[in-house]
Amino acid sequence: MRTLPVGDDALLVEVASGEEAEALHAELLRRRAKGLLAAREIVPAARTVLLDGLADRDRVAAELSASDVPATASRARRVVEIPVRYDGPDLAEVAAHWGVAEHEVARIHAAADFRVAFCGFAPGFGYLTGLPPRYDVPRRATPRTAVPAGSVALAGPYTGIYPRSSPGGWQLIGTTDVVLWDHTREPAALLTPGTRVRFVPVSGP
Amino acid sequence: MTDRALRVVRAGALTTVQDRGRPGHAHLGVPRSGALDAPAAALVNRLVGNPPEAAVLETTLTGCALRPRCTVTVAVGGAPCPVTVDGRPVAWGAPVHVPAGALLDVGAVTAGVRSYVAVSGGIAVEPVLGSRSTDLLSGLGPPPLTDGMVLPLGRRTGPHARVDVAPQPSPPAELVLRVTLGPRDDWFTPRAVRVFTSHAFRVSPASNRIGLRTEGPALERARPGELPSEGMTLGAVQVPPDGRPVVFLPDHPTTGGYPVIAVVRTADLPALAQAVPGTPVRFVAVRRR
Repeated sequence: MRTLPVGDDALLVEVASGEEAEALHAELLRRRAKGLLAAREIVPAARTVLLDGLADRDRVAAELSASDVPATASRARRVVEIPVRYDGPDLAEVAAHWGVAEHEVARIHAAADFRVAFCGFAPGFGYLTGLPPRYDVPRRATPRTAVPAGSVALAGPYTGIYPRSSPGGWQLIGTTDVVLWDHTREPAALLTPGTRVRFVPVSGP
Repeated sequence: MTDRALRVVRAGALTTVQDRGRPGHAHLGVPRSGALDAPAAALVNRLVGNPPEAAVLETTLTGCALRPRCTVTVAVGGAPCPVTVDGRPVAWGAPVHVPAGALLDVGAVTAGVRSYVAVSGGIAVEPVLGSRSTDLLSGLGPPPLTDGMVLPLGRRTGPHARVDVAPQPSPPAELVLRVTLGPRDDWFTPRAVRVFTSHAFRVSPASNRIGLRTEGPALERARPGELPSEGMTLGAVQVPPDGRPVVFLPDHPTTGGYPVIAVVRTADLPALAQAVPGTPVRFVAVRRR
């Protein structure tokens, strides 16, 4: 674990893997809930957790360096099931990258256990990991100017679902009717960091 | 409809509702948002007797015109501009009485970029995640003002301030921004870090509430590629592949994959809200506190 000071009052904590970042994030949330850590924002990402708005950054950095953070988080979190029609316009391209038949994409994708590694890009947009590395795909060379809300998409090691229509460069493999973001709901985001996710294939519109 | 409301007669180039933003939701991908020139927004609220969390209007270059349906006290601050009520000039930077049905015109700026308009009672649109701010990156909060829109006002809570004109900083002729290097300054060549902290950049016209873009020398990377996405902070100086630094402002994305060479001191950020395109920018490295 490495701690990097950021600006006036933030600390970027860097770890070796996404698994460690998840475990560190869970541990930092636990410390904040117990009143042991005062931070305005705790933002997990691919290999880091950002702590922003720290009153005493040096003390937090020293405490983190001196303490043991478990290498993996506990798996006892809720599982969100997302019904998906695997009807995306980039299915053939993804199948070609994976070296499988087009109808195999749904089976492979729906067989994986996903978790929300972190959020970003838009409110409620989760970066989901869970596919084995051999299924990484590149972004599209030319991003689309409008990706419909509910599009299930792949880029690099991640699966994501567009909470609302927006420009995007990810490969679209399917569609869901699930509401990803509703600011009148608590929490507003369906997919919060650490949440387990399964995709369930459905047919028809 | 209640008469505690005002009608937008002229929305201006870009006028948004802003308060102190919605920090605390970055882990869900929600930008903090909020007034870019926060001290100016706080001052105009104080002048009309509003609490500091009341929502104000943030204009861009061309001002706006409003017709309140009830008698209100308003104050205009931030970027200086002519202010009139039914065509009569009134004070900028001071509480002004606007009778019900009168036309308040906040004119084009004479310097700076963003004027702030506080109305007694505050702009009372429905809050989203605890804030009424318009977030232009993610679309949260009310949409930017349009002609004919009606905005609800809250209940007046306190008396207006007893001042003639409150002092406010002038818009900057040059931005001198104190930065602390890192967390990713090691992604740049030593020469690029020297260029960053010694050469003059200029404010790009492509700047907005998300980031202040710069024009000037391109900063050379010591390594190629992108970082795995990581959390971003207000004031972060991110360097995209074109090598031109971008300073993140309140509507900035919560995570990003371009390296952050340095972070601007929080106290130096309000001046960025008022820097017109072409303003010289210098980044001065200071020791961490």
